Amino acid sequence: MEPIDSSLVDWSRAQFALTAMYHWLFVPLTLGLGVVMAIMETLYVRTGREFWKRTARFWMKLFGINFAMGVATGIILEFEFGTNWSNYSWFVGDIFGAPLAIEGILAFFMESTFIAVMYFGWNKVSKRAHLASTWLTIIGATISAWWILVANAWMQHPVGMEFNPDTVRNEMVDFAAVAFSPVAVVKFCHTVTSSWVLGAVFVVGVSCWYLLRGRHREFALGSIRVAAWFGLAASLLTAHTGHLSGRDIALYQPMKLAAAEGLYEGGTEQGLVLGGILRPGADWVGGNGDDRFLLKVELPYALSYLATHDLQGYVPGIRNLLEGDYRLPDGSVALSAEEMMKRGRVAIDALARYRAASPPEEKAAALAVLRENFPWFGYGYLKSPGELVPSVPLTFYSFRIMVMLGGYFIVLFAGLLLLGQRVTRWKLVQLAVVLTIPLAWLASQSGWVVAEVGRQPWAIQGLLPNVAAISRLDVSSVQTTFFIFLALFTLLLVAELGIMGKAIAAGPETDSTSN
Amino acid sequence: MTLGRTLWCIILIKLFIMFAVLRVFFFPAYLQGDDQEKQQRVSDELTERIAP
Repeated sequence: MEPIDSSLVDWSRAQFALTAMYHWLFVPLTLGLGVVMAIMETLYVRTGREFWKRTARFWMKLFGINFAMGVATGIILEFEFGTNWSNYSWFVGDIFGAPLAIEGILAFFMESTFIAVMYFGWNKVSKRAHLASTWLTIIGATISAWWILVANAWMQHPVGMEFNPDTVRNEMVDFAAVAFSPVAVVKFCHTVTSSWVLGAVFVVGVSCWYLLRGRHREFALGSIRVAAWFGLAASLLTAHTGHLSGRDIALYQPMKLAAAEGLYEGGTEQGLVLGGILRPGADWVGGNGDDRFLLKVELPYALSYLATHDLQGYVPGIRNLLEGDYRLPDGSVALSAEEMMKRGRVAIDALARYRAASPPEEKAAALAVLRENFPWFGYGYLKSPGELVPSVPLTFYSFRIMVMLGGYFIVLFAGLLLLGQRVTRWKLVQLAVVLTIPLAWLASQSGWVVAEVGRQPWAIQGLLPNVAAISRLDVSSVQTTFFIFLALFTLLLVAELGIMGKAIAAGPETDSTSN
Repeated sequence: MTLGRTLWCIILIKLFIMFAVLRVFFFPAYLQGDDQEKQQRVSDELTERIAP
């Protein structure tokens, strides 16, 4: 059998990344804007003021545009699992497929049912029934996100399964361990709260555009007040869940943390890099002792605290993770990459012997070796320890972009709340808020870059690297479909921006147009 | 065209492209045969891609 072409791995990754990133343009706005409009409708039901009904209906219209453009874009990802990642899909489909199926059957149907009442039920059902439908729509969307993130979290920290060499599948043995894995819980909270931030930025941004144009002043101020409070709370929650996520990464994906921090040589009392410039072309695999930063500003002890909840805690760097021989949190000594690769090859070889053998005693012997070495199964596909190091610059800078923008959003929302109605006099602030809209997407996408680029080379952490997970396809086929998807998704995005822009330009209903 | 009609048109065109064009022409079933054949195919792929 021909070895896998490395460009096939790269193009398969690029295609999946492209599809996922386009899909993620729509999802966070659905999750964030949905809550904002539900809060506004709640204000309408509680106060009886028509103003809040008109406000909620306007944001609902934009929500609908985004929902219609974005719905089903994730389906392409599921197709890609089958074609481009068929080994992966077979190997872990029993586990990975379950949350996706639950998402499709339970959450999506719930969302689809109540969205119809939300849009077509005004004046047909009672105020409270309509409000319940609005909340149930966004709760359905959020539950959808839960199951998708359970699936993603499982890839970052596989738990609750057992490998069956007869079927060559990992089979779920503990549903609760998969569905309520601590990594899944934290990932869900961080992703959803950050989507709320994005929704809030979108609302204050569009509202400030109206202020800049001197239109819909009362509507804009009311929207800013609600979205700024919501955005501030969501930003603080995002910061807290980000801290928890950092702790999970330190425990389960220390190489990702080392890459995100540009930490080559680990140690105790490690500082967190607040900002820095990496030396271009620095060698992050070899141990030549070069300074890998041109500039670095650190917060002393903060990385040790983030990773271990102890200011003196030990944080391994890239070199330590490759060479091993340091103490793990459970007290055992870390293996070197070379040793893990050796054990991985033993596991793969045992799988081959198990499947080829027919006498029961030979099968049993091979199975025992496979079980003993299965935790390192995926390492057997790596040709050199250096493959374990993800792109440090991409992970490092994406992480800083995400964190810095997260800090900026806190300041932005707090500033808008402090300004209150005076924001109408501050044209520069209004312009800055409008220009912040794309930054919310930049922060959100950067977060996913950290999560997904930082875990390379793994499709499933420690279990299956990309080189083993992908289908044996022609590189040209993957390249062709990459550009087809690029064209289609770009077209969809342009259409969304056009329709959204037109709806924003038309503005909310006025007293005379409302019903 | 009203906003609602525009969005319904886009949804239907999008679903047609996804399920009738992309799914049929660009996403063929890669693993063929019954479960036994699929198992063997994946097993061969996984064991033969071992690092040298």
